[in-house]
Amino acid sequence: MGDLSVTLCGVELDNPVIPASGTFGYGHEFAQYYDINCLGTFSFKGTTREPRYGNPQPRIAECEGGMLNAVGLQNPGVEKVIAEELPKLKKCFAKPVMANVSGFSAEDYAYTCEKLDKEPQVGWLEVNISCPNVHGGGMSFGTDPEAASAVVRAVKAVTSKPVIVKLTPNVTDIAAMARACEAAGADGISLINTLQAMRIDLKRRKPLLANGTGGLSGPAVFPVALRMVYQVWEAVSVPIVGVGGVSTAEDVIEMMLAGAAAVEVGAANLRDPWVCRDIVRDLPGVMEKYGIENLRDIIGGAHG
Amino acid sequence: MKQTVFEIAGNTLLAADAYKLVLTGDTSDVTAPGQFVNIALPGRFLRRPISVCDREGDRLTLLYKTVGRGTAQMAAMKAGETLDVLTGLGSGFSLEESGQTPLLAGGGIGAAPLYWLAKELIARGARPHVVLGFNRAADVFYADEFAALGCAVTVATADGSAGERGFVTDAMAGLSYSYVYACGPEPMLRAVWERAQTDGQFSFEARMGCGFGACVGCTRETTEGPKRVCKDGPVFRKGEILWET
Repeated sequence: MGDLSVTLCGVELDNPVIPASGTFGYGHEFAQYYDINCLGTFSFKGTTREPRYGNPQPRIAECEGGMLNAVGLQNPGVEKVIAEELPKLKKCFAKPVMANVSGFSAEDYAYTCEKLDKEPQVGWLEVNISCPNVHGGGMSFGTDPEAASAVVRAVKAVTSKPVIVKLTPNVTDIAAMARACEAAGADGISLINTLQAMRIDLKRRKPLLANGTGGLSGPAVFPVALRMVYQVWEAVSVPIVGVGGVSTAEDVIEMMLAGAAAVEVGAANLRDPWVCRDIVRDLPGVMEKYGIENLRDIIGGAHG
Repeated sequence: MKQTVFEIAGNTLLAADAYKLVLTGDTSDVTAPGQFVNIALPGRFLRRPISVCDREGDRLTLLYKTVGRGTAQMAAMKAGETLDVLTGLGSGFSLEESGQTPLLAGGGIGAAPLYWLAKELIARGARPHVVLGFNRAADVFYADEFAALGCAVTVATADGSAGERGFVTDAMAGLSYSYVYACGPEPMLRAVWERAQTDGQFSFEARMGCGFGACVGCTRETTEGPKRVCKDGPVFRKGEILWET
């Protein structure tokens, strides 16, 4: 059997498969259906300084090849995540976990990251500067290189853990954003978050989502994510986590060939709760089919 | 929760835009009336959450209304075809508090889960009164099936073309009952909630992402904080429900 192990910012993963934030709760929601220790790691639900209810209903819409969400970072706040969710997470997952953090100011991000930095099970901080569904935060940091750099510097000052910055695709130059984050000290880049999108209800003649817009995810965005991972690989030297529309072992390999050191799986978890387990199971067979002995060797392999 | 491939035993038109889908397969995770299943359709990304109307051995009965392209696709499926279904979703109704004469209020396709509930309540010795609200005569379904179980049945239509003229709440105004179970569109649930003379349980619809509690797409605010319709509901108790103004 081929070697599935990879390294992400100095931390070993048994395999590159990582359920993406917002589609996997805090792990225990899925641990009742399979042993989630088969995963490389997972990125837990986006956490903010204060508790958030999120956006009004409806928050979910469908489209060809995917879905839109406008959840708006519902979470119980970092104190409660540490007090209530992480102890439950520890019982069902024995590996380092990725902590996904969002905020509305650089200070917010730093506050939340400093708290999570003290949690031994947190292996990486995934700093989400790309949520399209909140106002005055999230994506507004991820569309301006200066603002993104300020968040990265603020977070790096309070943690010794690897900081992976999650980028939005809703920019004209993704490589410039990635370079700015790397220059500010980011240890890795994950991309892409959802694409800002909309559906309109024909009966009401109004946007279907109460928030107006939402974030598009699912197989429809895979080629966009792949293209951006490819471009960012040429722009930075830190490791890249590829995210966006991945739903099969073949998709994982494709992402790695584009330049991803590890791969997150998002919306697919919502249609098929066992999809990440099945991707891990299917990887050795797909590697054999394409003559891959070692996943580390193929990272960025599609570049000239 | 289980993922099961069911075979379609029947898929027939029941009333205007309303279908009865009978499936056979592993029903072992379907344990309580009020639960729902989540159906994957070829070419559609999200599953379709549909409440369980009845469970008998390896047979599941689901009633659904064609409201969009997904349900229209379901309506075109034939006996012998198969469906990938997640079963055992949602909390379901609690039967303990029903008393002897519970009122079961169904609005439109929301009547579906009340059928299995009525069966279970009757098996426990209760005598349910079922009030079914529809827009017009062509929409009416399952009045005879509820009566055949032994329920008292009142049908109300908004245009008066069948049963009493008016809404479910008009039909329940003169009744006395020990408890309320309700399922239907949110304005109907709210009207029943406001007028109910007893405690009760209310089953909600929502646009869901996953249907098993992971994405928090279907959250609603309650007196006990945010809850997921799919996992913490879809049945909520009268006292925990908050309405958006």
